[in-house]
Amino acid sequence: MKNLFKLSIALVFIFTTYTSCNNSKSSDSKSGALADNVAEKVYVAPGEHDEFYAFISGGFSGQLSVYGLPSGRLFKVIPVFSQDAEKAYGYNEETKPMLNTSHGFVPWDDAHHPDISQTNGVVDGRWVFINGNNTPRIAKIDLTTFETTEIIEVPNSAGNHSSSFVTENSEYVVAGTRFSVPIPQKDMPIKDYKGNFKGSLTFISVEPEHGHMDIKFQLIMPGFDYDLAHPGRGVSHGWFFFSTYNSEEASTLMEVNASQNDKDFIAAINWKKIEEYVNNGGGTMMPTNYAHNVYDESTHMATSTMKKEVRVVNPSEVPGAVYLLPTPKSPHGCDVDPTGEYIVGNGKLSANLTVHSFTKMLDAIENKKFAGDAYGIPIINFEDVLAGVVEQPGLGPLHTEFDDKGNAYTTFFISSEVVKWKVGTWEVLDRQPCYYSVGHLMIPGGNSQKPWGKYVVAMNKITKDRYLPTGPEVTQSAQLYDISGDKMELLLDFPTIGEPHYAAGCPADLIKPRSKKIFNLEDNNHPYVAKSEMDTKVVRDGKTVHVYMTTIRSHFAPDNIEGIKVGDKVYFHITNLEQDYDVPHGVSMIGANTSELLIMPGQTETFLWEPKQVGVWPFYCTDFCSALHQEMQGYVRVSPENSDTPLKWSLGEDIE
Amino acid sequence: MKKSNIIMLLAAILPLGLFLFPLWKITLEAPQYPTPLGMYIHINDFSDANPHDIKNINLMNHYVGMKYIPEAIPEFKIFPLGIIITSVIGLLIAFKGNYKWFLGWFILMIALSAAGMYDFYLWEHDYGHNLDPKAIMKFTNPDGTQMGFQPPLFGSKDILNFRAHSYPQLGALFLALGIATSFIAFLIGKKIHKKSMTM
Repeated sequence: MKNLFKLSIALVFIFTTYTSCNNSKSSDSKSGALADNVAEKVYVAPGEHDEFYAFISGGFSGQLSVYGLPSGRLFKVIPVFSQDAEKAYGYNEETKPMLNTSHGFVPWDDAHHPDISQTNGVVDGRWVFINGNNTPRIAKIDLTTFETTEIIEVPNSAGNHSSSFVTENSEYVVAGTRFSVPIPQKDMPIKDYKGNFKGSLTFISVEPEHGHMDIKFQLIMPGFDYDLAHPGRGVSHGWFFFSTYNSEEASTLMEVNASQNDKDFIAAINWKKIEEYVNNGGGTMMPTNYAHNVYDESTHMATSTMKKEVRVVNPSEVPGAVYLLPTPKSPHGCDVDPTGEYIVGNGKLSANLTVHSFTKMLDAIENKKFAGDAYGIPIINFEDVLAGVVEQPGLGPLHTEFDDKGNAYTTFFISSEVVKWKVGTWEVLDRQPCYYSVGHLMIPGGNSQKPWGKYVVAMNKITKDRYLPTGPEVTQSAQLYDISGDKMELLLDFPTIGEPHYAAGCPADLIKPRSKKIFNLEDNNHPYVAKSEMDTKVVRDGKTVHVYMTTIRSHFAPDNIEGIKVGDKVYFHITNLEQDYDVPHGVSMIGANTSELLIMPGQTETFLWEPKQVGVWPFYCTDFCSALHQEMQGYVRVSPENSDTPLKWSLGEDIE
Repeated sequence: MKKSNIIMLLAAILPLGLFLFPLWKITLEAPQYPTPLGMYIHINDFSDANPHDIKNINLMNHYVGMKYIPEAIPEFKIFPLGIIITSVIGLLIAFKGNYKWFLGWFILMIALSAAGMYDFYLWEHDYGHNLDPKAIMKFTNPDGTQMGFQPPLFGSKDILNFRAHSYPQLGALFLALGIATSFIAFLIGKKIHKKSMTM
């Protein structure tokens, strides 16, 4: 009884100190906010521009959003892996091929990790690469048009998660599989996973001029789950690091069975060595089937090509190219500091953060300090590669990025916070709560050799009460912290599209001056372009009708069409003749089983209409283009299938 | 060669700058055009200040029934010829003539420039007033007459939502310098002549 009394006193005491501590903390941050005027730090005056672009993935929305920092304002949602009725992406004839795969048309994906192209280890703002997780694909977004211009499917992969990260001169964009699968795919019992399933790590070369992607080789690894990856940089350029879990090679009840080993691995891949092997004819061409979809800005059209083979390499063929670094407890993020010396394994079930040393790794390899091997791949002694441990920084470490002052910032999902620590001394310097359960974080350039360490964006998985409620489904959210001082300071919450999975950012000046205003009409090579109203026409070919139509403020040409019949396939090829910045026109036809078109100046887009009913059916401009927008409309006369109404069209006069 | 003749030579050459630089520029500012629309008038051409400006000026103007700015006008043939002929005359005078001829060339150039400006005014007036009767938007002045959209000959003026500016450019400066220089040649020539008379 006495003891119980003592215990309750002690509990009350602990509770009071805890809450009072909390109180003092929150009042501190409030007075801090008033003192430095937090609002002013994120205020970008009307008409002014933000300092940074942030490309935040939409996760399960399949899209990529473009935000400004520090304001947190949303500028554009770029459709990548999902159909978008607003922009007709995946609906119009031109972009349908972008979503083609070996499984046919797949109109959705799970977009995870955007990464901006780099030159000499510095973010260059030319392209953003992003992975489709579900049906493995890598997309490239051109940052002059902010449009998806290329998507390559990744064969022999499943759950394309440890992707898409670029090497320091954008030599490769790398895509690792999350799920190991039979390679090649075959009908076999799931229980025979162990030893039979394999994980592929795909190195996709990026052509320096236009960024065209091509699979250079796939490394066929043991059947672990490859979770995340980062390239070496500076001293470790030429290497790539992948975190793994499920080194147990379990195939069921993974939350338990893949969490048994005390240590999983970070796989270190010397890709330069494998590249050399491949350049000398190494590897094997394996029959496969995958789609390569390329959008051509001059024809305003995408084409999809099915590729039939891929070069595969087994680690045993290239001795000394692949090593395994033991890393505690199912590491998630695998992050390399700006110097390239330290590789951080964010062991999500561990209480500590494990940091490996690249120099020690080379030394251990040299002196063969191995603890054994897995399927012939040497496992380096844990102690001989370990640089240091950040002790007890929080619970559930997921991802780390870096500033330009030698600090690292790690997210902790379970304890819901960002922790700042010193690279080299491993001491914790500061911590700030996240609302709630943060996943990735992003510092502009924070995964390159040159971070711009002014802000960190934390991307949260849960928001609960942070915003006005919107029923059971509430917004997901990002949070902006000022990291220019010794202590981090929370500046702003802003809602995001889909799930803000990861982001990439860079100074606006890298991209802004190169952003296109219009497409030159003269350079339009679309096969159905009409470059002036003189070129407009309607052409019948059996039951297929091609309408060569133009838009300019504020009319369609032609705007009266007769001679269309029930059962026809009518392709409206619409060229926007405007050559003025920000004057798109839209179009939609009553009953068309597709989305509207939104056509930029100088561009041609096509929608298909299959009239099913006799009548006179209107179409109109869907984008408020001008003062006479409401007058921008037209009619199509649809006659019965067996009628002989002649094909005619006109603008500004009655059809004769 | 006399000093005055050398100056006259310079005067005769300067207007040729019109072949290198635009004569005039008309600029249209409006809130929707953070980069204003602009058109350069060269001695033999109209050109965009920024790509597609003329096309976009035409697009704006068609709402009030103004005609499209033509690709070419007869002046584009007459003006260059006029400048070449007067420059050749100027050169002949510089080599052969005396100060009285300089004055003659000066007066000729003033007269021709004035005629050119008047011609420009007539074109502008027609462009701003000769409107399509089926114009989408018809505006009237407070007194009930049809509103015109003539840009200013020189200076700035508000036209509906636009503020129009019309100012000479480098080519015009070369012409003006040439004309002024011929007058200086005349003054110096006269002075030298007087000196030689008194000697």
